[in-house]
Amino acid sequence: MTGNDSRPSLWERFVNWEAGDESVLDGEIEQSMDQAAPQEPGGELYAHAEKRADEQRTRLVEEERTYYARVHEWSRHKGAKLINRLYRLSAVLVLCFIIFFLMSTVVALPPFGEADNPYNNEVSQRYIEKGIEETGAINFVAGMILDYRAFDTFGESTVLFVAACSVLLLLKLGDHGPDEKPTAAMLEAEWDDRHHEPKNDAILQLAAKVLVPVILLYGMYIVLNGHLSPGGGFSGGAVMGAGLILYLNAFGFQKTERFFTYRTFRWITFLALMTYAGLKSYSFYTGANHIESGIPLGTPGAILSSGFILPLNICVGLIVMCTMYAFYTLFRKGGM
Amino acid sequence: MQFVQNVPFFSIMLCMVSGIFSAMLPGRAAKWVTAGLAAVVAALNLWLTIFMWGYGESYVYWMGHFPAPWGNELRAGVLESTLAVVFSLIMLLSVLGGMRKLNEQVDHKKVNIVCVMLDLVLAAMMSMLYTNDLFTAYVFIEIMTLTACALIMSRQNGRTMVSAMRYMIMSLLGSGLTLIAITITYNLTGHLLMENIHDSLVELSASGEYATPITVIMGLFFVGLGIKSALYPFHTWLPDAYGYSTPTSSAVLSSIVSKAYIFLLIKIFYRVIGMGLVTSSHVMDLMFVFGVAGMIIGSVNAIFSHDLRRMVAFSSVAQIGYIYAGLGLGTGMGFVAAIYHMLMHACAKSALFVSSSGLADASGNSKRFSDLRGAGFRNPAAGVCFSVAAMSLVGIPVLGGFISKLYLSNAALYRGGIHMWVLLAALAVSTLLNVLYFMKTVITLYRPPREGFQAPAPERSPLSGAAMWGFVALNLLVGLMAQPIVTAITNGLMMFE
Repeated sequence: MTGNDSRPSLWERFVNWEAGDESVLDGEIEQSMDQAAPQEPGGELYAHAEKRADEQRTRLVEEERTYYARVHEWSRHKGAKLINRLYRLSAVLVLCFIIFFLMSTVVALPPFGEADNPYNNEVSQRYIEKGIEETGAINFVAGMILDYRAFDTFGESTVLFVAACSVLLLLKLGDHGPDEKPTAAMLEAEWDDRHHEPKNDAILQLAAKVLVPVILLYGMYIVLNGHLSPGGGFSGGAVMGAGLILYLNAFGFQKTERFFTYRTFRWITFLALMTYAGLKSYSFYTGANHIESGIPLGTPGAILSSGFILPLNICVGLIVMCTMYAFYTLFRKGGM
Repeated sequence: MQFVQNVPFFSIMLCMVSGIFSAMLPGRAAKWVTAGLAAVVAALNLWLTIFMWGYGESYVYWMGHFPAPWGNELRAGVLESTLAVVFSLIMLLSVLGGMRKLNEQVDHKKVNIVCVMLDLVLAAMMSMLYTNDLFTAYVFIEIMTLTACALIMSRQNGRTMVSAMRYMIMSLLGSGLTLIAITITYNLTGHLLMENIHDSLVELSASGEYATPITVIMGLFFVGLGIKSALYPFHTWLPDAYGYSTPTSSAVLSSIVSKAYIFLLIKIFYRVIGMGLVTSSHVMDLMFVFGVAGMIIGSVNAIFSHDLRRMVAFSSVAQIGYIYAGLGLGTGMGFVAAIYHMLMHACAKSALFVSSSGLADASGNSKRFSDLRGAGFRNPAAGVCFSVAAMSLVGIPVLGGFISKLYLSNAALYRGGIHMWVLLAALAVSTLLNVLYFMKTVITLYRPPREGFQAPAPERSPLSGAAMWGFVALNLLVGLMAQPIVTAITNGLMMFE
């Protein structure tokens, strides 16, 4: 405490600290989200102190407030200017240093696109030369990410799943059964959504009617041909997700909820990830223990070929589509 | 290949599958799935550790039908499996100890999502321990970053939102720097597999080519993973993140998440880049300086915090400083001491977080020291758990902290020179500061309550009580079993090369 008249000695301060001395302003900032904010800053503090009818406490609050006022006086006017200037200057200097540092590193790296660069080695050579024979996929990239390095891709799909779950945890307003009443927050979100989003826009609806089937079909094509041509689960899933979002924008939640609800989202994500985990666990286990997996690779180029790559692409596509759609709906009104 | 050698793959897949499964379960069931998962993973890894002890060398495990530089690969040694046992035990105890608080502090419809996050933290921990591939490590860094953010904000009040945001920004900066480092490494070597990178880096450094980028790689890995593990000047996200979230989140974040990044950094420096290159580049000296600064400043900050959980959080900064100072010595002994300290700190810090929430509950949900008086009598299990963990961190013999400080000073003595004097002095000062704030807290816990204090009605929670006794046992075990653990670490580090 910084008392005005009686500044405590170091020993007294040590004794106070040891006895559990505390700052009176501690814990006042920590507010639950569902509590209303205090009307005026510090008002609650006084109420708190008076309720305890503790004069010494009030005095301490007063002292702390004058101290804070003094500090803030300085920091709002002179201090703020000075610190802001110094802060900007040092930020610019540090950034210049980092830019110089990274640029000089890039200059020292092997030049881009040379044939004898270190990354043109036996790894990419085998991917290119033996890729079709070993994975059955004409699209090398699909072969690499879904067969050679399928574990990494499982991790990446899980990243999407985790991201969707985090947004769910942060923004989901909860779903109410038929016998439960919607909460105030949900009604407000619903009202906001009606107010701000387009409803029954004729141009948008006509465009969506024409475009959405094409977009969804195209997305499916990209996913299903992932092992044959450029594309695959990630890009195709993004296209399908965009199609769903367009449909939702044109026709609103009531129409989309006829075929895509929170339940659908959960089940599709769950089944897709579980299928991925199941299929790849089988091939990891057999591969590590040197057992023949017995998965036919088929003729390269046929639609039913390349072993697990086709089902894995479908799984990844579904996960990406659901995640995109979930992000959109959660950010829009906190639910599906 | 024997069946037990599948354990690394089983533990990673089990964690990921239960994470996916938990999203479909109601909250109550999901919590038991998480606890059961941690127990099963601990048991599996214990089995593997016993096997590895007799096996005497490390082995690689193909993730698929293709050998290493083409496919993904895991690698297991006695060090990895020992750490896996301890970390999954900590996860088990943290979940059990914080189970009731999860119900109180998290929206009951979202408890299962928190369990998804806990399962996936364990999955990411296991993958970072066992992976032999830099890019796989990066994928799981991403998973860990997201899950850690979600764990911080799972208790939704203003403070946790702000701290989750701050954590996310800092942590993404760390991930970004790590990714740049991985990219440059790939550009120079053409490999992502750890052994192959090591071989080509040795070749490159012998020929003297690309000296600048190689130094930059080390710096970027160090800063990137240092930010994520709350090394001293990058620790500003830590006190709020650990101080205000649910006890399970704090325990898991402080003892599993930050340790995973430190272990990854050790792996990168020891296996990927190689000690010869690292010690000649002065990155180690930087580590040493930051570590020593953290040892002192973290403790000073802890003394000045008025809130029990924030104090414990700031003490993490100091303890992570110890780990980095040990690594910064740049010797094998320093690494052994640092890894042992990492293990010991994980056990003690999770115990402190779980028990401090029990103590705060017994004092009317207040974390202020004046209200905490006598809390040790009101909740005996939490009191004993807190005292044991605090004594361990202070360095009272029999407990782990004593052993790790002993090993650290020993390593410093063998290192000699200026490092020895600085580290010994910092150890002495930091230990004194530790005593000051931890013993003050322990004394406060066993003092008569202040006048007029209304103790809340005692609540019975046998589960968290059991978890706290479990933590006491774990801390005692880490201290009493120090010799075998240190042998495992030493052997594991030798297998690394």
